[in-house]
Amino acid sequence: MRRRTFLAAAGALAAASFRARAQVVQDIRPLVDAITGGATPDEGGIDIELPQIAENGHSVPLTVRVPSPMREDDHVRAIHVIAERNPRPAVATFELGPWSGRAEVATRIRLAGTQKVTVVAALSGNRFRIARKDILVASAACLDEGSL
Amino acid sequence: MLRAFLLLLLAASLPAGASDPPRPSPLRNGSEFQSGDVRSLQADDFANPMALWVERGRRLWSEVRNGRSCAACHGDAVRAMKGVAARYPRFDPSLGRVVDLDQRIDACEQAMTGTAFASESDDLLGLSAYIALQSRGMPLKVSIDGPARKTWEAGRDLYYTRIGQLNLACTSCHDASWGKTLLAETISQGHPTGWPAYRLEWQRPGSLERRLRACFNGVRAEMPAYGSPDLVALELYLAWRAQGLPMESPAVRR
Amino acid sequence: MSMLGRLSVPPSVKRGEPFAVRVIVQHPMETGFRRDYEGKVIPLHIVDRLVCRYGGRDVFRATLGSGIAANPYLVFYVVATESGPLEVEWEDDKGEVGKVSADVNVG
Repeated sequence: MRRRTFLAAAGALAAASFRARAQVVQDIRPLVDAITGGATPDEGGIDIELPQIAENGHSVPLTVRVPSPMREDDHVRAIHVIAERNPRPAVATFELGPWSGRAEVATRIRLAGTQKVTVVAALSGNRFRIARKDILVASAACLDEGSL
Repeated sequence: MLRAFLLLLLAASLPAGASDPPRPSPLRNGSEFQSGDVRSLQADDFANPMALWVERGRRLWSEVRNGRSCAACHGDAVRAMKGVAARYPRFDPSLGRVVDLDQRIDACEQAMTGTAFASESDDLLGLSAYIALQSRGMPLKVSIDGPARKTWEAGRDLYYTRIGQLNLACTSCHDASWGKTLLAETISQGHPTGWPAYRLEWQRPGSLERRLRACFNGVRAEMPAYGSPDLVALELYLAWRAQGLPMESPAVRR
Repeated sequence: MSMLGRLSVPPSVKRGEPFAVRVIVQHPMETGFRRDYEGKVIPLHIVDRLVCRYGGRDVFRATLGSGIAANPYLVFYVVATESGPLEVEWEDDKGEVGKVSADVNVG
């Protein structure tokens, strides 16, 4: 239920930003609220590994680690990645559980310019954590570049 | 008249290297001009996106098409294609001209099935990547003797010719300015050792031909068509210029 | 050829311990913001769902957006329970699916 609400909110936010057609930093609070159901997440408790400078915004390595015993009664349920300056700030959602053993996901993302990347972790017991990391992007993705 | 003829004879008898154009010193491979992240991505045989195309090439090698297959003639690619990509471009007697590896693959495919692969298609890039991988780490060494010589000279001349609205020659950047910064990037020496490569800007793999066309566009010159003799001549010259450097294909580039 | 993907798990894993699963899928992850030579927008086309199944259950799910780089690459963890197949399946927004599997050897 919550995941669909998050995606719907992300869609609305994306439509608005597409009309604006600018690589501006957006207010991602509605996105965060959709994840937490309006509750304020706890700050920190998430390790975001991103380069300080990304030469090319088309493919930036990201690793997210959320320290957690990953037990039935205390585990990470989902990791949400948000890029405030991307035309669609909702980058991805990863669903985990006690069967994961480790709340760690690595991937490669696109970044449309220098910005903060925000990660929200949803934990069992209706708890939430939030963390952010700044990254300088030398060559932005998503802009209308030539593909010669 | 006689003196001119004798001078000509003397010039023709000099060893080929006597008046060759200069090559960069020290020679630095393409990956040395990429960011640390791009270098790690290239070195990771699983995360390097080219591995997907290598896998495609591996399957195509054994795939039966029109009742035939690469494997049927060549056998196991790991053995039969070892070192092959490091000798391209080369003069192919059966085709009567200098060809690059992709053109040689296409000629085979044409002979096998009647239809060549499309330029920059996943299939052609897959086979190209798979075959080039079998030369990884081996020194690039092309022949410019005999029938290849004229093509090499045409490539050399093009390399030193100013072109486009920006009026730049290859040498202007890749000899005079390698190591310097252009916009957000470090200018490389322009070696062909990593191709086909996954270019982050394209977000897919591409051939050396595609990359060279982009260079022409970069100096606001008309891009030679795929398969143009200008491009293969330039490729041969670049391969000669890079000789001795280890092959990096299939590489990752920005 | 169907949607190509590659999957990697360690050659052997310890029962009860989490192990890394690596997957890469061939897909352009077209953002819908690029234009072709005629100025026409190239439509959005992405892998939006991916799931990993092991030991009879879904052990990882991903919902991906156009902010994931082309040829999506993922590393995640799964606790080793029993020897057997581990399967990763994905679907794009046109309904095309791809699947890869590997054998997990629990020591």
